[in-house]
Amino acid sequence: MAIIERPAPGTTVVPALTPAPPAITPTRTYGALRRPVAATGWKSWLFTVDHKKIGLMYGATALFFFVVGGLEAVLIRLQLAAPEGKVLNADLYNQMFTMHATTMVFLFVMPMAAGFANYFVPLQIGARDVAFPRINAFGLWCLIAGGIVVNLAWFLGGAADGGWFMYAPNSGPVFSPSHGVDFWALGLQIAGIASLMGAINLIVTVLNMRAPGMTLMKMPVFTWMITVVQFLLLFAVPVITVALFLLTFQRRFGAQFFDVAAGADPLLWQHLFWIFGHPEVYILVLPSFGIVSEVLPVFSRKPLFGYPFVVFSGAAIGFVGWGVWAHHMFASGLGPVSVAVFSIATMAIAVPTGVKIINWTLTLWGGKLVFTTAMKFAIGLIILFTIGGLSGVTHSVAPSDTQQTDTYYIVAHFHYVLFGGAIFGLFSGFYYWWPKMFGKMLNERLGSWNFWLMVIGMNLTFGPMHILGLQGQPRRMYQWTDARAGEGFFNLAFWNLVASIGSLILTLGILLFLINIVVTARNKARAPLDPWNARSLEWMTSNPPKEHNFDSIPHVYHLDEFFHRKYEEDAATHTMREVATAEQVLAELERNADKHIHMPSPSYWPILLAAGLPIVALGLIYSIPVAIVGGVVMLYALYGLALEPSVAVDSDFEPSANGASGNGHAVGASHG
Amino acid sequence: MAETAVARAEHVALAEHGAHAEPAAHVTSTGLSNVKLGMWLFLGSECLLFGGLISTYMLYRGRVSNGPTPVQVYDIPFTSVSSFVLLMSSLTMVLAVSAAHKHDDRGTNLWLTVTALLGATFVGGQVYEFTAFYNEGLGFTTSLFGSSFYTLTGFHGVHVTVGIIMLLALVAINNRSRVPGSKSETVETIGLYWHFVDIVWIIIFTLVYLIPV
Repeated sequence: MAIIERPAPGTTVVPALTPAPPAITPTRTYGALRRPVAATGWKSWLFTVDHKKIGLMYGATALFFFVVGGLEAVLIRLQLAAPEGKVLNADLYNQMFTMHATTMVFLFVMPMAAGFANYFVPLQIGARDVAFPRINAFGLWCLIAGGIVVNLAWFLGGAADGGWFMYAPNSGPVFSPSHGVDFWALGLQIAGIASLMGAINLIVTVLNMRAPGMTLMKMPVFTWMITVVQFLLLFAVPVITVALFLLTFQRRFGAQFFDVAAGADPLLWQHLFWIFGHPEVYILVLPSFGIVSEVLPVFSRKPLFGYPFVVFSGAAIGFVGWGVWAHHMFASGLGPVSVAVFSIATMAIAVPTGVKIINWTLTLWGGKLVFTTAMKFAIGLIILFTIGGLSGVTHSVAPSDTQQTDTYYIVAHFHYVLFGGAIFGLFSGFYYWWPKMFGKMLNERLGSWNFWLMVIGMNLTFGPMHILGLQGQPRRMYQWTDARAGEGFFNLAFWNLVASIGSLILTLGILLFLINIVVTARNKARAPLDPWNARSLEWMTSNPPKEHNFDSIPHVYHLDEFFHRKYEEDAATHTMREVATAEQVLAELERNADKHIHMPSPSYWPILLAAGLPIVALGLIYSIPVAIVGGVVMLYALYGLALEPSVAVDSDFEPSANGASGNGHAVGASHG
Repeated sequence: MAETAVARAEHVALAEHGAHAEPAAHVTSTGLSNVKLGMWLFLGSECLLFGGLISTYMLYRGRVSNGPTPVQVYDIPFTSVSSFVLLMSSLTMVLAVSAAHKHDDRGTNLWLTVTALLGATFVGGQVYEFTAFYNEGLGFTTSLFGSSFYTLTGFHGVHVTVGIIMLLALVAINNRSRVPGSKSETVETIGLYWHFVDIVWIIIFTLVYLIPV
């Protein structure tokens, strides 16, 4: 990573190869570590504070855990493919479904959305970095540390096995004697720090660092949805923090918060968990809603239908999402008033969701549709999410939900909304933004296979689960017997087998995606500057973007600013005609390039600070002195971070021109 | 780990602010600086943290098992005095911010130190109180009341302690004139945190000590 970035001429199509920076001896600050200066190699990744590199590392981490969680799912389906399954024993099966959900929710979908947010929010609002770049790096390393801690339990006596919502008494020492739940609670606590830091960082970025002229209602919908999600995280994470602390105190220090025998109320955990857990559902799906709201207009060659409605319905989902948590608890005996209130709130939240679906559909209506892979995934999301949404409405009817609670019908529902919704949206994002992130197009032919195998696989896997659930097959049972499988159309054996075969097709589809990544990486052909004829600011820069994102910060006059710089309305015919190519728009920015752009400097402290957390966690489980060592590491790193200016002193940028940069353009990100 | 999480957020906030090399050079979209806005958001998040802890306490305060009841252990006059001390520290914090705005380094350091001392008095009172309760038979695991009481007030005490560390660190850095950027804003940002911790205590004191079970 170069410390100094100067716009280089002639970079319109091919990203600039920044000339090798002069040898720099970083200034020593407060007798602590000198700044890292590596511009290439692993050090440039480990100590980076660049939002794009951090976004890519979030993505890579998430994809790794996607594979891990996917393999766990396949093992579950293999176990259930035939009666009296022998692939896993009961104990291992419990660990497998607990960790499958934990991994997919906390270590795949959330970080993948965080990765896209990190990479594209600053680009979409015309900023050069996030508000607090070092906190951003710290968040990434917290996530990785948390993922490691949660999964470490596999090798240290068994993973968590109480189900992903870890109800009491399953979370207690009687039913979960291994350290799995301790690792789970502490690992999620650490991952929660990542979410909280990311939330504060991204909200400040969006509120404070928009390019001149970009009002809130000119922001791209993806940025809007990410902002809503960060507010949900900001207020939901502390609640799970409390719950996880209480659980840790119970398991490690002998408190009895959830021990019914000691007079405790087991519903306390359920309320705390779901006050976090239901906003969490929207935290998972809203980023994907944002992605398809970007993809659909681009490939329909039309502006998004009813932009303010899409924005406000997203905000409404985020708001009402706080008032529906107890619909996860209809079977727990809440009393008729609570059940009625939450039932009605749950029905109400279907309205803004429906508004979005209608807006997307009307965006397609009358458009010149281009069926790229990104578009296919976006349309897939509309259809599959709607199916999941409809079964969701059936859950809001409390008497019906009481029948369905803890059956495969629930499993079917949330996989339609989370796989068909969240994950399809993320895949749409992969295909849409790959050329932006890597300068190369993912193979569309493989992409098409990828899409169709995933659609078929997902419907074969999760479709039959509606039938299984309505017939009464409970979730989380590690075996079923042929004697009770029933006959005819509703034969459980048949549909279980179909679901298992479907999961293998799904796996094949995802394998094709991974192959596509490798094929694309080996392909020499570079992506065009504006491959999709896109509309928003992130495309108004090179592929991949330069480290400083924009040579000059664009002034924003329109929603879909990039589109309006390329096209103008012909007054006579009321049609849009092209007035500039993407290359010309970029060249214009380049002509006005800022002379001096100081980017935030890399730092050792974020990764060191995060490295203290797993030590503290292991110490809390095995030996308190180790936790104290971890605490000392963190304290040292905190002071290092606090005393280090986030942007290196001028002499580090330009050793020859001391103090000259005072006249330069200060980057918005220079505060962090 | 909440304590460390809080400490981290606070110190990072301090650092981010310190990095504000050219305070007037960059105008943000809202007009609020990044650091101050970040602190407000963090405090919003903290409301939910204490909300969860307070709810837990309210649910469990009557469940005393064989241990002492709240009425048996609470010493309202003593806690009232230490609460008063903590509230007074908000006043001295305001004086520190005011001195910082006037670029009065001596005054800033003086009032920051007094604030830290008042905070330390409160924490000392809490340590004394915990010891007294323990001797009267209320341990952390004695009853649900004990567990939730110590968890709630303990979390608050850790927040005050973190605040004291931040105040003293700020004084130390200020003494060597090494607060980069706008000093008054650094003091103000830490002040926001300090007032928040005080306000939370007003709520805890009312709900925990004053309202009878």
